[in-house]
Amino acid sequence: MSALVEIEDLTVRFSGERTVHALNGVSLSVEKGEVVALLGESGSGKSVTLKSLMQLLPGKRTKIGGKIAFDGRDVLKLKGRELANFRGPEVAMIFQDPSLALDPVYAIGTQIAETVMRHEGLSRPDANARALDMLKRVRIPSPERRLSNYPHEMSGGMRQRAMIALALACGPRLLLADEPTTALDATVQMQVLLLLRELQQEMGMSVIFVTHDIGVAVEIADRVAVMYAGTIVETGTIAEIIKDPRHPYTKGLLAANLHGAVKGARLDAIPGAPPTLEEPPTSCPFAPRCPVAMAACHAARPPLISKGPGRAVACILEAESVL
Amino acid sequence: MSANKTITTAPSLADIGGPRQPLITAKDLTCHFPVRAGILAPKKVVRAVDGIDFTIAKGETLGVVGESGCGKSTTARLLIGLVPITGGKIIYDGQELNADLSLRDLRRGVQMVFQDSFASLNPRMTIEETIAFGPKVNGVPQAEALAIARDLLDRIGLDPARFAGRYPHELSGGQRQRVNIGRALAMRPRLLILDEAVSALDKSVEAQVLNLLEDLRRDFDLTYMFISHDLNVVRFISDRLMVMYLGEVVEVGPAEALYHKQAHPYTAALFSAMPSMDPDARTQVPPLAGDPPNPIDPPSGCRFHTRCPLAKSVCSSLKPRAITLNEGHQVACHLHDPASGYEEVAA
Repeated sequence: MSALVEIEDLTVRFSGERTVHALNGVSLSVEKGEVVALLGESGSGKSVTLKSLMQLLPGKRTKIGGKIAFDGRDVLKLKGRELANFRGPEVAMIFQDPSLALDPVYAIGTQIAETVMRHEGLSRPDANARALDMLKRVRIPSPERRLSNYPHEMSGGMRQRAMIALALACGPRLLLADEPTTALDATVQMQVLLLLRELQQEMGMSVIFVTHDIGVAVEIADRVAVMYAGTIVETGTIAEIIKDPRHPYTKGLLAANLHGAVKGARLDAIPGAPPTLEEPPTSCPFAPRCPVAMAACHAARPPLISKGPGRAVACILEAESVL
Repeated sequence: MSANKTITTAPSLADIGGPRQPLITAKDLTCHFPVRAGILAPKKVVRAVDGIDFTIAKGETLGVVGESGCGKSTTARLLIGLVPITGGKIIYDGQELNADLSLRDLRRGVQMVFQDSFASLNPRMTIEETIAFGPKVNGVPQAEALAIARDLLDRIGLDPARFAGRYPHELSGGQRQRVNIGRALAMRPRLLILDEAVSALDKSVEAQVLNLLEDLRRDFDLTYMFISHDLNVVRFISDRLMVMYLGEVVEVGPAEALYHKQAHPYTAALFSAMPSMDPDARTQVPPLAGDPPNPIDPPSGCRFHTRCPLAKSVCSSLKPRAITLNEGHQVACHLHDPASGYEEVAA
């Protein structure tokens, strides 16, 4: 298999005022040209997974275990110049808030040009031409004029496009997208999703797309990994997850999406709240909220049970149904 | 003391006009914000809300949708007097604000819950004190106000014995939003404005809070104005929907009817921007191009004509009237107005 990214048993622990076990054994592989969505609620470890892929977590307070291989290279061992060359041409990231990701004191064109000059050694005129080309590719209207715009002169949707242009300027093989459409209006969100889908196909890159919105995952992803309390509870193609959710948490999330919910009906809300993760989970982390939990669920962590290629569920109910 | 009693036991403002009289009537409601420009530059204003009419019936839930900057939140803030009214009238149960009714009295009848659950709570007050604060300021004795607070904590699903003494930072987002709802209800309002109140919550928690809102509406006989960008949520909770664009109302109608058939092209675009939830039928065409225009200098005629796929020349010159399609379903679009001249251009 030509997996581009291979994450194996990744654990992340933050220390400080209180310890947080943010990731507790995450394994995930992403093929070349594949779009994988990490779906989960806040605190489930989606963003931490992305950030560890780029070594963006604060070094002093973070303890990382497990392995991340990018095209056979060990990402967690990269340092200094090697790491700088890895970020950009190999892996790029886009964020939820473009106004924090873009530099407010440089024009958009300058920021894109600087990136390609640094990474590809282009001359300034060539880099400027690349910047213009990128703005055209993300379909910013009148791109020549926009090159000299500062981030604050653009609307939210436009800034998001500019950030995508910046991230893709060096033609990365993997794009990490951390809720890039969450802060946008629904109409603009759909524009940006369609753009990302198009660019992904054009450039043939792999994408890991973090979202809490199952509807967004449907629009963009080939495969979905559902996360809960720093673990992956279910993976499958988007169609499998939507049409045949197996894990009780996935089922709850789908019900809470309210798609087609009728007025006045009572919602099947998942009771309670996610665990705080001050201790690493020793049992199924979802068991306290699970409507079908049994004694065994509180005793040990459920294994990830494979249900065919790319399909797995971390629930002991699945083990029984196999027997 | 008898005056205080009315706040605690019954709605502070008793029903006056009977069930047929709308709880809120807004007439030509306008809110313009001045923009600072140079000394010689002509004075400009942001037309945040530009002459809108609407009513909210007693006991109903009015959902308000539209893109950011369309004036949803400003409309809500006008209703509770958080921003100054530039023009038009607000009539609460037959009494006009600033004529028959003071702002202070209006705020007993109208309360609001905001999106940011943390920013809207005082970090130095326990949640019990927070909920008791409103009644106390309005003259309810301390002990009684605390009793109200404990009763409300129980109703919003936070056990008073465990939670009463906690501070906002000791609660989760969902719990804090419950406190905000409790705080708003402590004044026994008749209208509760929920401005993106569940938008920041995780999906599983959002469903819990929506269930709670439904229970409270029944128990307290409440009327809701529910602002959200999530059309699934709005459909679930609303009786009627009001769609806004650039400070104007473009369509109002029964929520379920609007969900199935939208009369205004903008409403149609909003609904088609909802993710399909079917991986085999993904959205292929973006519902709308670009962003909304600048409300400082809105387009002439129909404000939507710059982005409308069906726009014709009449749309850029003539402002559309509100046309009634069915009972309670109104739309401001030339497409539905035979007198507008839209069809003639087509011929």
